[in-house]
This record gives sequence, structure tokens and C-alpha cells, in this order.
Amino acid sequence: MSIRVEGTRSEAEAWKRNSRGREARERVIKFFLTACAYLSIFTTVGIVLVLFEETSRFFLKVSPVEFLTSTQWAPPQGEFGVLPLVYGTLMATVIAIAVALPVGLLTAIYLSEYAPVRLRQWLKPALEILAGVPTVVYGYFALTFITPFFRDNLFSGIQSFNAVSAGLIMGVMIIPTVASVSEDAIYAVPLSLREGAYALGATKRETATKVVVPAALSGIVAAVILGISRAIGETMIVTIAMGAQANWLGSPLEGMQAMTAYIVQVVGGETPRGSVTYESIFAVGSTLFLMTLALNLASYWFVRRYRETY
Amino acid sequence: MTRSNTKTSRQEGSGQDFKESVSNRYRLDRAFTWLVTGASLVGVVVLALLLIDVVKDGSSMLSLEFLTSFPSQVFPENGGIYPALIGSLWLLGLTGLISVPLGLGAAVYLEEYAQDTRINRMIEINISNLAGVPSVIYGLLGLGIFVELLAPVTGGGSVLTGALTLSLLILPVIIVATREALRAIPDSIREGGYALGATQWEVIWSHLLPRALPGALTGIILALSRAVGEAAPILIVGVSLYQTYITRSPFDGYMALPTQIYDWISRPQEVFQNSAAAGIVVAMVVLLLANSFAIWLRSRYQQRS
Repeated sequence: MSIRVEGTRSEAEAWKRNSRGREARERVIKFFLTACAYLSIFTTVGIVLVLFEETSRFFLKVSPVEFLTSTQWAPPQGEFGVLPLVYGTLMATVIAIAVALPVGLLTAIYLSEYAPVRLRQWLKPALEILAGVPTVVYGYFALTFITPFFRDNLFSGIQSFNAVSAGLIMGVMIIPTVASVSEDAIYAVPLSLREGAYALGATKRETATKVVVPAALSGIVAAVILGISRAIGETMIVTIAMGAQANWLGSPLEGMQAMTAYIVQVVGGETPRGSVTYESIFAVGSTLFLMTLALNLASYWFVRRYRETY
Repeated sequence: MTRSNTKTSRQEGSGQDFKESVSNRYRLDRAFTWLVTGASLVGVVVLALLLIDVVKDGSSMLSLEFLTSFPSQVFPENGGIYPALIGSLWLLGLTGLISVPLGLGAAVYLEEYAQDTRINRMIEINISNLAGVPSVIYGLLGLGIFVELLAPVTGGGSVLTGALTLSLLILPVIIVATREALRAIPDSIREGGYALGATQWEVIWSHLLPRALPGALTGIILALSRAVGEAAPILIVGVSLYQTYITRSPFDGYMALPTQIYDWISRPQEVFQNSAAAGIVVAMVVLLLANSFAIWLRSRYQQRS
């Protein structure tokens, strides 16, 4: 807009009048924009510092060896072995992936290879809406619908809080993640590979499962890793539906506590700052952060790999 | 390596594959078509079941009074979500005010200004990593920085603290969406601006941002609706589970919809479960509308460009 206004004046005058002010303004704006981008670095540094500070205080009171190897988790009794919480998290994650991997991958195949264009235009947004459902809602559904359903129809001995319901619903929650990342990878497979397969007499299914999927494998692996990372970090479903009792090597039909659930449940109990229990949530947080960081970096690496291939 | 593996397995497999009769292969094909179609419907079916379930459970509580009353411990059947609704609106507004300018700024820098240097590549990897950090970790960050360290500025567990925490959480999403929108603008637009003597910022402000806005807006709405639906981080940075006043300033305490729902779910009495379901219905209606609008906006924008 401003350019047009300047054009109506004598051009030379317009340039002279503005050039200095404009340069200064450009510099100020660029500085502000740079600061916005650097904020992300500060966020990461902030996360690491906060976690490190409180975790190191925790380790002054509890030995790291006990934290990482003991199978007793009972903060009121001063028992801080993180393994039962890790077990709870992994149990829910394994169940979730057992749902999300096949369903997500088959959905991705359907979307990119089978779905008519019009249907695809409806299904993809529906998946996005599924991804946008607040996790408390999934938690409610697992607790008040899935668990009673299991109790009445499949496992009569199931506890009101249990890993199966929480894990299954968490699987539904991460279907969109697995589906959309794998679909990107499947979509990136060149058409010539499919045509080659058809030319050799392969059917559509054979092309999809024996040519397209193997070619997109690194992207699919990335999708699954990302899904695992989501499941490990998910909080409200496991807090609501899986329970608040650490349970080392319990069965999936029993209640157990996940790492994320412990953090939320302790904070909700208004633990005083400076107590070892308060510091323990940061120690658990650090464990969680390192696990998801490793998975995210691995996923990033796999995505880059398939981008380079094609 | 994968490619060579694929090749050999295909060669080994092919002999057997073609031994099977053609009719058998086509039968398998039909079964597979059903399988993938069914799989793609799983999510939609669960979503539908979930909606039916909460509407059924919540219908007894749903009324206009439910929207305009305070929650009640004594007469739970008369309780409502008014303070939580207002608190969530505060969170939405403040989070938008904080995260949108910062996110647009970072995206413009990375897409339009940044050279391919080490530090900029680091920022990029860092942002994609931040997008994968669990929301509870952002809660712990908010607890350490905004609640404890910056308590004199933020007032401790205030709605401002909640909004700052949620802003950090959704910034990566906004940045990624805006960058994609900026990247989709052809260079000729930029060059045209420069040819007329405009500075870089003038080109960005008058040409690039308006064009990128619809695409960015989709990402922003999806991110904000995610922020409003989050319970874990604000539980950590001190959302009230019960308060008798309405949030009137950024430094007040606040309640929020998802945490109010969580509080109701965690009570054993049946009536609170119905309140939780009614709260979920309200939250889902708002979020479904916002998300559908965002998706509609993008599809319109994609058709045009």
C-alpha cells in the first residue's frame, strides 16, 4: 500500500526521504523476527535447565542407581525406583501401538492407493478432527465405556482402572499421527514403481503391499516411532483410565501408574516445593524427556532418509 | 540398504506369488480392499461411538443453566461450567495474543531472512523436536519458569502463566504451518515487490503475509484448539479445580474446561460423571466447530491457489 502512495510523489524525493528511516526500520524488524526464532532455542534450554536443576537436587537425596534399578515406587515411604512407572508407560504404549500400527498403516494405504478422491477429501479431515479431540475426553470414554464393555463381555476380572482400556483408546488417539506420516511417505513413492509392478502382472494389493509399502518403509518406521513417542508422552488418558498405583509387572487387566500420570497426580496433590516428592516429578520428567527426545531424533532421521531417497 | 533388501525379497517372493492361481489372487485382493476400507473407518466409528456415549450420559445435565452456573459440591445436579468456560476463553485469548505474533515472526525469519547457517539449521531441528516434547514437560517448564522464577511478573499460578505455558507448547505448530504457507508463495511475488523498490519487510507485510494468512490461519486455529483442550500442562502450572469467582484479569486464578471435566471424572458419584459428560459435549461442540472451520478454510484456500 505505502509503495503506491510514494509513487504519486516525485520519485527522487520519495527515495531520499525514506532511505535512511527505512533502513533503520528494516534492521529493527529483522532483529525482532530473529528474536522470535531464537525463542525456540531458549525454550529448549529452559526445559533442560529446569529439569536438570530439580533432578540434580533429587539425586542428592536419592541415588541414581536406586532410581534406575529399584522396582519399588512408593514416594510416601521414600521408595523411588522408577521402573514400575516405566513399566506402566510401556504397557500402555505397546497396547496403543498394537492398535495404531496396523490400523494407521492400513488407513494410509487406503487413503493413498484406494480411496476415491471425494471420499479422501472427507476422510482426511475426519482424521484431523480425531487428532483434535481433547485427551480428557478419550480418558472419559476409556473409563466409562470401554472398561465396562470389557467387564461385561470379555474379561470379567478387569479392574476399574486398567492398562487395556487406556492403551486401546490411546491407540485410537495416535491413529491419525501414524496414518498421516505414513501416507506422506507412501505418497512420495514414485508412480513409476507402481506402474512397473502392474506391468509385471501384479495385482493392486500385491503392488501396495510388496512394492509401495517396502519402498516407503523408512517413512513408515518414522511414523511408528513418532506414534510411540506420542503414546509415551500422553497424559490424561492414562491419568484417568489407568490408575494411580505403581504396579511392577502387573497384568494389562490391572491398574498401573504411568510416568506422566504420576507427574499430574502428584502436582494435583499440592506437594510442597523443596520436598523430595516434588523433586521426584522432575526426575520422572527428565526420564520422560530423554525417552521422547531419543525417539523424536530417530524419527527425524528416518524421515530425512526417505526424503533423500526420492 | 533398504532398497537392495527390497529388491532381493521381491525376487525371491515373485516365483511363489505367481504360482498362486489368478482367481485366488484376486479374491485376496478383494479381501484386502475390504480390510483397508474397514481400517480407515475405525477412527470415524470410535469418534461416533464416543459422541453418542457422551451425549447419552450428559443429556440429563445439559441446559442453559449448565453454561451459566458455578460448579457445586453441595447440589451437584445444579452445578455448571460457567467459571471454567470463562477461564478457557481467557486462556484462548491470551494464548492467541502471545503465540500468534511470536509464531508468525519466527516463521517469517526462518523462511524469508535466515541464511543456511549452522545456527539456523539448529533452530529448525530444534523446532521440530519441540513439537514432539510431551505436554507435561511444558507444564514442568512453566512450573519452573513462570510459576516460580517469574512469580513477581506473572503472579504465580495465574491465567497469564497458563497462557504463557500453552503458548510455548503450540508455537512449533504455528511456526511449521506458517512456514508452509510462506513457502507456497511463488518467488515472482517477492521479485515483483523488490523490482518496485520495496524493502524486504514491505514485501513481507504487504504481499507475503496477506497471501500466507489463510494457510497459516488453519494451523493457528488447530493449534489454539489443541491448547484449549490441553489439561496436563495447566494442571501442573496451577489451574484451580474450584473457585468461587470469575477470572477478571490476567493475574487472577482461573478454571478451565478440560480440567473441570477431569475433576468431575475423578469423583466417584454418578451425578459428577453426568456433569463431566455434559462438559465434554460443550467442549466437543466448540472444538469441532473450530476445527471444521479451520479445515474448511484450508480447502477453500487450496482450491484457489
